[in-house]
Amino acid sequence: MPNEQDIYEEHVLDHYEDPYHRGDLPGATHEDEGKNPLCGDVVQVLLRLSPDERIEEAWFEGEGCVISLASASMLIERIEGMTVEEAKAFAADEMLELFGPKLTPNRQKCCLLGWRVMQSALHSPVHQDEDGMGGQFGGPSLNEES
Amino acid sequence: MLDTNRIRADFPILSRKTASGHSLAFLDNAASSQRPQCVIDAVSACYEKYYANVHRGIHMLSEESTAAYEAARETTRGFMNASCTQEIIFTAGTTAAINTVAQSWGNAHLQQGDVVLLTIAEHHANIVPWHQLAERNGCRVEFIPLGADGNISDAAVEAALAQYRPKLFGFVSASNVLGSSSPVARWTELAHDAGATVLVDAAQTAPHQAMDVAAWNADFVVFSGHKVCGPSGIGVLYGKRSLLDAMPPFLVGGGMIDRVTTKGFTPAELPEKFEAGTPPIAQAIGLAEALRYLQSVGLDKVDEHERTLARRADKALREIDGLRILGPEAESRSGIISFTMKGIHAHDIAQWLDGRGVAVRAGHHCTMPLHDAVGASATARASFYLYNTEEEVDRLIEGVIEASKKFAPSGRRRRRSAPAASN
Repeated sequence: MPNEQDIYEEHVLDHYEDPYHRGDLPGATHEDEGKNPLCGDVVQVLLRLSPDERIEEAWFEGEGCVISLASASMLIERIEGMTVEEAKAFAADEMLELFGPKLTPNRQKCCLLGWRVMQSALHSPVHQDEDGMGGQFGGPSLNEES
Repeated sequence: MLDTNRIRADFPILSRKTASGHSLAFLDNAASSQRPQCVIDAVSACYEKYYANVHRGIHMLSEESTAAYEAARETTRGFMNASCTQEIIFTAGTTAAINTVAQSWGNAHLQQGDVVLLTIAEHHANIVPWHQLAERNGCRVEFIPLGADGNISDAAVEAALAQYRPKLFGFVSASNVLGSSSPVARWTELAHDAGATVLVDAAQTAPHQAMDVAAWNADFVVFSGHKVCGPSGIGVLYGKRSLLDAMPPFLVGGGMIDRVTTKGFTPAELPEKFEAGTPPIAQAIGLAEALRYLQSVGLDKVDEHERTLARRADKALREIDGLRILGPEAESRSGIISFTMKGIHAHDIAQWLDGRGVAVRAGHHCTMPLHDAVGASATARASFYLYNTEEEVDRLIEGVIEASKKFAPSGRRRRRSAPAASN
């Protein structure tokens, strides 16, 4: 059974305290937000895709536990530069492996929150208004659990 | 304080070690309690010696099961101080009991524009059934907010009753998060004066305080077996007989009928009218044993024991920097204490405590509207019961202090090379 020393290893806490690309991404072309209804954690993923379907830049924002935020940071760092196809093919078990410490099923949901939002963000283009300005107000998410 | 050595010996699960090798400090009793051996034995004895379906057969086992099941109803009646066993409906739990009231009484009595008044401290089990009813028939759900002091005053209740003139006022006898209690008899009287029917969600007081539905004078009172040292899968709906008599059945099928023809059916009398299908037989028998067990310990002593533990926790937690305790002052706190810590998510506190063998709950505890109202997405909650000790409270405090240090910002830097996890 995992214990807290394993889960909160240094690598994880480093990402929690010093996350990669946590914040807003002006000009994002794709974004989505999702929740973990068990604990109320929220993660938002913002992507800028190039015309040739590559993730040029990726950011996240969120509120949650160490697991959900550190895993989001690791994920964002990993997928930046991937093609959209590669990111879509990045599977849940690869996310759990990227995170590292073994997690109980309930904590796996925390770890996979950012991954789930990233996957749906790839399918959620940001609405462009007539001036072509990227908006930060994506429509209602279809994959939110409640 | 109770003699916890003696009491703990009654609960076999408390002697097990946790995955981390620590002895178990079970402080998640507001979610579900543990069971003493006598309850486990009562359930086993039912299955081993006399189980059969109730009210169905004329063979020996069915007679014995029926007698034990109905004796459990009588024990429950006595525990609640209801006037007759027709007022005691066995359900699957508190949630099922409230759904029964909403679907049966609510459907029959509430119309477009009618108001169901609740407090903001309600469990989702006493919110969602009314939301669903409102979607269907156009009635409206209104909430009494917390006052500036974090409590709901009699004046606030009176004002809301006057403002909304609700058909139903539903409230928790004690919050599963705040550790606050409601003056049930007083609020019931205020509601009756305003013409409202009253439903009391007693899930969080039934385990800890003697219940007297006659003194409360509430119209409906509900609680769950699994929080009172009884089995899961059973709960109780108490209703005044005149109300239950006039209500249509909610779940329908076998067991709840007087007569069925190809044209229709006539429902059975109380209480069977509300107990369609095979009821939770062994669970009812286990529940009765649990109620007897609690009465033998003495609910007044149980309540005082938990309050003493909660005050100890309250005092020590308040000294931790950045820690915010929800709910009332220590003196009026029941055996529940929920808190947040600046910069640390409740899940991480609970996870850290789990590694110390201390089981607490983290999350919104099925009270999202309350958490919205107090501005917290999640809280950590310790909830005490008759078998908890001062030493367990101290382990909780030590663990929280450790967590506050572990997760405090300490100038960590992520490695920039972005390696894949290499373990």
